Amino acid sequence: MSETLIDIANLTKRFGAFTAVDRVSFSVARGEVLGFLGPNGAGKSTTMRMLAGFVRPTSGHASICGYDVQDEAVKARNCLGYLPEGAPAYRDMSVDDFLRFIGRIRGFDGAELRERVQHAVALTNLQDVSRLLIETLSKGTARRVGLAQALLHDPDVLVLDEPTDGLDPNQKHQIRALIRHMAPRKAIIISTHILEEVDAVCTRAIILAHGQIVADDTPLGLSRLHHTGRLEDVFRSLTVPDAA
Amino acid sequence: MGSAVIIARRELAAYFATPVAVVFIVIFLAMQGALTFNVGHFFDRNQADLVPFFTYLPWVLLLLVPALTMRQWAEERRGGSIELLLTLPITPWHAVLGKFLAAWAFCTLAILLTFPFVVTVNYLGHPDNGAIAAGYVGALLLAGSFLSIGAALSAATKNQVIAFVLAVAACFLLLAAGTATVSELLTRLSPDLAHIVRLASVADRFNNFTRGVIAARDVLYFASVMAFFLFLATLVVGEKRAD
Repeated sequence: MSETLIDIANLTKRFGAFTAVDRVSFSVARGEVLGFLGPNGAGKSTTMRMLAGFVRPTSGHASICGYDVQDEAVKARNCLGYLPEGAPAYRDMSVDDFLRFIGRIRGFDGAELRERVQHAVALTNLQDVSRLLIETLSKGTARRVGLAQALLHDPDVLVLDEPTDGLDPNQKHQIRALIRHMAPRKAIIISTHILEEVDAVCTRAIILAHGQIVADDTPLGLSRLHHTGRLEDVFRSLTVPDAA
Repeated sequence: MGSAVIIARRELAAYFATPVAVVFIVIFLAMQGALTFNVGHFFDRNQADLVPFFTYLPWVLLLLVPALTMRQWAEERRGGSIELLLTLPITPWHAVLGKFLAAWAFCTLAILLTFPFVVTVNYLGHPDNGAIAAGYVGALLLAGSFLSIGAALSAATKNQVIAFVLAVAACFLLLAAGTATVSELLTRLSPDLAHIVRLASVADRFNNFTRGVIAARDVLYFASVMAFFLFLATLVVGEKRAD
């Protein structure tokens, strides 16, 4: 069994009477790419936000590289590259300035900072737009800026909320290739609505519905859950109560 | 501390990337000039000092500083960048302090750009430049206090208008509590209360500076106001980050 980098135990988040995430537990080891699936509102983003330490859980624990995301937040975040939903950024900055800002916060300086930014720009193919303001970029390009920001410090853990949303087919292909390339050295969680992405990049997938885990298996294992063997049918049967 | 300075640099650059900086400085200088020269009868007084200038400065700051702080956290929430900022390896305190330092540096620049007033009084006569320098120190501390109050209120609400109005009201209370009108009114009710309220107000403290007196207890007062409200802002940001 390889090293566990992400560990989530009984994570729960309630907003008033509404339970967004309900006793979710799982762990992710180095080398794994975990696909996070589920209908809108199933609790994917809330779980990722709790893992990143942005949303405080109602109960339960989450840790990254052995550091509790609440109690040892700064240490945990040093090991984490996080792409929030919608890839927010400081839109009045240029791509280069933005990445340099993130790099400085991550503790890089001088020549190393330059190298890190250049490397992240190259990985996400942003060379041609690095001097443009982020607010002028298309949705897909802005998403790649968010990805570059998450990769900048070469973290052990990546949590990417819909990394390929808004990308054109070529860009999607590139980003998936990048994720597959990085996979052996990291523990990665990606959320997605695109089921083909699971086959393309994930070694394992979790399906969430109403805040609970309804399936946790390899893509192959998941496809066996429905007689057609199609992930789409598995997804529907698990997340729409009457469709089974 | 290092992270706070990095955040402050980014924030300061953001002021100048938008028309915020220019509009703020132009309006600040125009208001300060109009009040000093016209309402304050700068020339008719026939005295080479900056008394009218320092009389109106707190009221101009009262109106403009909240305009600077109201966007501090509202903008981050609106654009979602708060999620990025607060999941970087920093604590909420670094973020609050960084934003405060940027706003304070910017206010310092705006206040220093009033130097033509100093040049004018020196051209016209022989003012007490020591008192003027002390007045400027007081102005920076006053601006810092208003900024820290604005920061706490900006963290507490998503709505920029509410953040602005509450900050103006809070700064107004702190300033007006030390005016003669309020003091007289309160003395009639309860002399003890009047005394306490005057002690809590920024008005007397600031006036000491403009008379050329930099007293340790006044500096300590402004430092405490800033520390208290920045601490409050940090708590609020930590608690309300995802709301």
